Amino acid sequence: MAKTLPKTDVVIVGVGWAGGIIAAELTKSGLNVVGLERGKERKTEDYFMVHDELRYGLRYELMQDLSKDTVTFRSTEKIRALPMRSYGSFLLGEGLGGAGVHWNGQTYRFLPYDFQIRTKTIERYGKSKIPDGMTIQDWGLTYDEMEPYYDKFEKLTGISGEPNPLGGKRSADYPTPPMKKSPALSMFSDAASKLKLHPYMMPSANLSEAYTNPDGISRAACQYCAFCERFGCEYGAKADPVVTVLPVALKTGKFEIRTHSHVRRILHQGGKATGVMYTDVTTGEELVQPADIVVVTSYVFNNVKLMLMSGLGKPYDPASGTGVIGRNYAYQVLKGNAAGFFDDKQFNTYAGAGSLGVTLDDYNGDNFDHTDLKFIHGGSISLSQTGMRPIANNPVPGGTASWGAAFKANSVKYANRFLSVGGQGSCMPFRHHFLDLDPTYKDAYGDPLVRLTFDFEEQDRQLALYLSGKCAEIMKEMGASHIDQLKELGPYEITTYQSTHNTGGVVMGASPDTSAVNTYLQMWDAENVFVVGASAFPHNSGYNPTDTVGALAFRAAEGIFKYRQKGGSLV
Amino acid sequence: MADPNQPGGSGRDKVEQPSRRKFLVQAGYAVGGVIVGGALGSLIRPSKKTETAPQTGEGTTAEIKNYNRAPMFFNQEQLGIVSAATERIFPADDAGPGALALGVPFFIDHQLAGEWGFNSREYMSPPFYAGEKVQGYQGRLKRREMFEIGLRELENYSQTKFTKGFAALAPEQQDEVLKAFESDEVKLTTISASGFFKMLRSSTLEGAYSDPLYGGNADMNGWKMRSYPGNQMSYADVIDKDFSVIAPSSLQDHLSAH
Ligand SMILES: Cc1cc2nc3c(=O)[nH]c(=O)nc-3n(C[C@H](O)[C@H](O)[C@H](O)COP(=O)(O)OP(=O)(O)OC[C@H]3O[C@@H](n4cnc5c(N)ncnc54)[C@H](O)[C@@H]3O)c2cc1C
Ligand code: SF4
Repeated sequence: MAKTLPKTDVVIVGVGWAGGIIAAELTKSGLNVVGLERGKERKTEDYFMVHDELRYGLRYELMQDLSKDTVTFRSTEKIRALPMRSYGSFLLGEGLGGAGVHWNGQTYRFLPYDFQIRTKTIERYGKSKIPDGMTIQDWGLTYDEMEPYYDKFEKLTGISGEPNPLGGKRSADYPTPPMKKSPALSMFSDAASKLKLHPYMMPSANLSEAYTNPDGISRAACQYCAFCERFGCEYGAKADPVVTVLPVALKTGKFEIRTHSHVRRILHQGGKATGVMYTDVTTGEELVQPADIVVVTSYVFNNVKLMLMSGLGKPYDPASGTGVIGRNYAYQVLKGNAAGFFDDKQFNTYAGAGSLGVTLDDYNGDNFDHTDLKFIHGGSISLSQTGMRPIANNPVPGGTASWGAAFKANSVKYANRFLSVGGQGSCMPFRHHFLDLDPTYKDAYGDPLVRLTFDFEEQDRQLALYLSGKCAEIMKEMGASHIDQLKELGPYEITTYQSTHNTGGVVMGASPDTSAVNTYLQMWDAENVFVVGASAFPHNSGYNPTDTVGALAFRAAEGIFKYRQKGGSLV
Repeated sequence: MADPNQPGGSGRDKVEQPSRRKFLVQAGYAVGGVIVGGALGSLIRPSKKTETAPQTGEGTTAEIKNYNRAPMFFNQEQLGIVSAATERIFPADDAGPGALALGVPFFIDHQLAGEWGFNSREYMSPPFYAGEKVQGYQGRLKRREMFEIGLRELENYSQTKFTKGFAALAPEQQDEVLKAFESDEVKLTTISASGFFKMLRSSTLEGAYSDPLYGGNADMNGWKMRSYPGNQMSYADVIDKDFSVIAPSSLQDHLSAH
């Protein structure tokens, strides 16, 4: 029998960006909050020895221990799903701050088009533009309604940037000026401007200068140390939950963080949650934490798993297309790139920062005409300089052997003579892309692994090729001696890193038939349960997700507080 | 931070003194004493049957004895095969040292002895089924077991084809054997030959370029070869400037910086 602990106002499952923001907002408003995090505690001092590519970059020191929990994967329902035994396609966060500790900090707003994608696509191109099986839907709120929440997240994190000339309207400038521009970034900007495109500095959560946020939290400027993505920041310059929202929540005296607490069930009765059941992973003991409100912020896969394991919300059935939990899984189409080799120029690409880059959105969203194209949406195109660490970066011109004398000579020659222009393609949901529970494989606690059924579609193949063509045009203008570009987007495979931009599964919307949560991230089927994160995205845009995750967390916090006062459904 | 523009900076080795490294090439994989150090130098000394360039003697003046260096996992025969194979994957040339001189064999040995060799942070629970390529590795064997099998098979294949052990083959023959593994021309029942080769290749690069604390990248020579500054506290002053060579520093240097 599980031991039952004293009741709290709110229990939060998973303490990353989403959980951290909600904890800070609710405790500031006077609620008592318990945060349950399955991983360990973390602090900036842990990263003094972090410039270690092998340990953090290739052995995944900061990520989820896959021996305890992973996902299974299959391309279609016709084949057997098998576990992701080692890391590849995406890297899962674990520990205080979640993946927010080892992210890059590229912080983009989605486009107005995204939030009304179905309506706007049909308006401009007609219904036939949406292919069979593509389940895009409006988000239930507009960009204008999202704007104040984006602004909050950007002020919280101190985003360094300049306005996107092709983006949605902003109520305020970014709180800090753009990052420094490296020669490679200037080359890209100049080339793009010559091509009449609209480059702007990548919005960055690595600070361009020291910054104090509205909560009074001060952080130092980024040192361009080049160990950002997959690493923690030893300066506290990169915005992460541990150096921003968590100290604010703790200072109220109303927030209790319990690490090493793996939540396994949401307990509920008569359409309302009563609390959660979790395992203390240090003792194996099962505990029950009763609460008036349950907030689930454990990232896409665990959000879906908790819903399905707890019997909350109707599971998605791909055969009939009904049900909501697990529906509209989407990802990111990242391989539409062009690689440039420069015989006559060297770059200081050993230096860099997680979100040092220049981006353009001329081929993103519906910023261009799709009438004659076989895809909708698009992607951002960027040149980013995150630091070319030497184990992971050994580019050689196409046709060079991958080992031996020629490989070595070329990889050394081009080590500092290589730039890449990359497309970050959006990803549309399809009826047969979904998450459910695996019938065979179990986690360390005996619960099923989440099963992922996903592959790239014609939409993705067309988009990737289109983007790589545009990237190559820019690269040519930049004067590369040799350019290699994507020729064909193969099938989705789980073995090479693409991005940790998994989305969907507990999506938001205006109708309980096609969404699990409303636009406050409140469950239609259980009004005191809020499920927050990229799991709420009905599709994924041509950008990194976290500005939108952060914005939704602020909106959810507002909703939770309202619910606490009045009760009932918020919409 | 060192003056990045200083021509004498160690990062310039490859530009300033190409000839210093020439002998490495001429010596093939068996570079011996001076850089490799006694233990490994003698291990990979070619057998009398092969005609390889003369050895630089052990115990020359330049050699500093490194007591941190001995195998934790491989036996000497395995270490010899790994030495020969990784040097073909990443050979010494004009630009700088190869796998052997960088200590890659010891790096791989040490990695296999620990967490990585045991796949401890990976999902290794049954059942095991052969999957599609897109689903990734689905075997039940751990990396250390795959290495043991892979090295034995390299040896078997060399014996069958050339009636000599792998380490004793001429460099071109070694390449032939490695290519046969890379392309799965060699059919193995227990492991995938190409999967093993891939692992050998990627761990060679890891050994060449990881922080010296792991036993490879000896004296940061892997980094120097490609003008990589290793671990620096800050690039804030150079990020908006043109390329410059910065003398590398390692995590050991960083230890005293905080
Ligand atoms: C290498 C990398 C680079 C990235 N770069 C960018 C970028 O540049 N820009 C961008 O926008 N996004 C980026 N991302 C994505 C970004 O990190 C995520 O969008 C963001 O962290 C999501 O926040 P979250 O709070 O929803 O989830 P997470 O940060 O994943 O936090 C979830 C937390 O829940 C915990 N948890 C899970 N299950 C349980 C359970 N059962 N019980 C208790 N706790 C549980 C986890 O341990 C974790 O701490 C990157 C991600 C990675 C991995
Ligand atoms: S690049 Fe900047 S923000 Fe990123 S870890 Fe280094 S100092 Fe911190």
